[in-house]
Amino acid sequence: MRAALPNGLRAPVRTSRPATAAWLFLAPALLALAIAGGWPLVRTVWFSLTDAQLAGGPFSFVRLENYRWLLTDPDWWRALRNTLVFATVSVALETALGILLALVLDAGFRGRSLVRAAVILPWAIPTVVSAKIWAWMLHDQFGIVNRLLLAVGAIERPLAWTADPALAMAAVIAVDVWKTTPFMALLTLAALQLVPTHCHEAARLDGIHPVRFFFKVTLPLIAPALAAAMLFRFLDALRVFDLIYVLTSNSRSTATIAVYARQQMVEFQDLGYGSAAASLLFVMVTGATVLYLAATRSRAQESET
Amino acid sequence: MTVRWLLARGGFLLVLGGFLFYAVFPFYYALISSLESGSGLFEPSVLPRSATIGNYAAVFGEQPFARSILNSFMVAVGTVAATLFLAALAAYALGRIRFRGRRGVLFTVLTISMFPQVAVLSGMFELIRALGLYDTLPSLMLSYLILTLPFSIWVLTAFMRELPDEIEEAAILDGASRLTVLTRILAPLIAPALVTTGLLALIIAWNEFLFALTFTLSAEARTVPVAIALISGSTQHELPWGIIMAASVIVTVPLLIIVLLFQGRIVSGLTAGAIKG
Repeated sequence: MRAALPNGLRAPVRTSRPATAAWLFLAPALLALAIAGGWPLVRTVWFSLTDAQLAGGPFSFVRLENYRWLLTDPDWWRALRNTLVFATVSVALETALGILLALVLDAGFRGRSLVRAAVILPWAIPTVVSAKIWAWMLHDQFGIVNRLLLAVGAIERPLAWTADPALAMAAVIAVDVWKTTPFMALLTLAALQLVPTHCHEAARLDGIHPVRFFFKVTLPLIAPALAAAMLFRFLDALRVFDLIYVLTSNSRSTATIAVYARQQMVEFQDLGYGSAAASLLFVMVTGATVLYLAATRSRAQESET
Repeated sequence: MTVRWLLARGGFLLVLGGFLFYAVFPFYYALISSLESGSGLFEPSVLPRSATIGNYAAVFGEQPFARSILNSFMVAVGTVAATLFLAALAAYALGRIRFRGRRGVLFTVLTISMFPQVAVLSGMFELIRALGLYDTLPSLMLSYLILTLPFSIWVLTAFMRELPDEIEEAAILDGASRLTVLTRILAPLIAPALVTTGLLALIIAWNEFLFALTFTLSAEARTVPVAIALISGSTQHELPWGIIMAASVIVTVPLLIIVLLFQGRIVSGLTAGAIKG
């Protein structure tokens, strides 16, 4: 093994022109992303300006006609509202529960890794499976949830959790919280471990109440990581499909934009119209991402200067 | 002091127990439901009352479930192999070479990871039909790259960047090519990161539903999530819940094993992808 040379004397590491080599190494992945992501996205946006049908055949350019129809469709507005309600409420609950779970996992206790495995499992299994398990537990006639609630007298008659429009969204959110709280907890836990231990000791010696310590010291320290995790989850929640499709089918009370768009495209065969809805979802998600990146970048530059 | 300590301890255990119950009870309930036979299913109870394997036999007998498992397995393995190969090459360029446009590429990759699946659905559908891949497994391997590749590139780039420069200098002075450096020197060093991203890609490919539902049609090409979603009974309103629960348990077991064996890796991959990314 050669000794590392001081910086000024360091031998030239790059043999070929670095930029050429870099692009050669990048080419296969970029090509794959262009084929699997870029091109289909461009085509989706193009289809949204046409009256294309799923089955194929000739179609014509209709300009913004699909979008105009979309904005007059109450079901679209309903889907937009459902999407925003679902994303906001579930991310808020997941964050609160995730922080609590992270604090619990952060405390050293025996069997911690087994507990951690147990809470990751809901995140790791297919959403279809979690939706089916919960659909069975929430079954109006034979579900264990109704049975237990009846037994303790919390409800007087069985509730149709996934079919009743007033309850379906709550049921969907509850299952999503079950599934993704572990994710938030793990990210929070990683951030918590960056809080220096001497802070805890100093606070303990000064007799500061742990709850006060959490809000005054811990929370501000983990806030940036938490904000990133929340955005990540929020963008994910905006795209939700599996859970709602399986748990409540095409019920209007829970259909999100992704469910609505696929229904138009595949079930009603209206590829152009569905593509318009999908394109608007893309604009929403990209807009949120760009806003966040711009905000963090300017903040990072402020702290650097 | 002791009273307060006991209260705090009790509260802690209560919260911990609550989370454990919340996380684990649905799996337990799916398991005991899957072991229930016939009418027992319609008398819900939190305690197991029978242990019959009729539902498990039915999953494989009445449904082509073995085929679905094989399909899911092949799609997952194909996706993971392609992802790791492409991502490792890209991460080498992004993590070890300084060149103009590096940040732009990373930003583009990040943007692609935010694409809603449904936004590429119609374009992908057209592409897959044009390539003659409709209702085949390669259609899923191709489309899953958009889900697995961006985060894999990010995580591997972060790991590559942390390796000290000196590692490859010696080899390059000896005249080794960049490809040799990547495969012989760097790859073994980032093996843990490859395992981590591979596991996450595996879980994503195993669990994916929207593409699998849209790009396959026949029962022969179905993956496990679609197969479970489409299990239906003799009548439309009567779902065979015992069979669905048995299928759910079967799908969960390999993931349970992966989580128990590799939880540390999975956690580090998730946090590396989200926090460094």
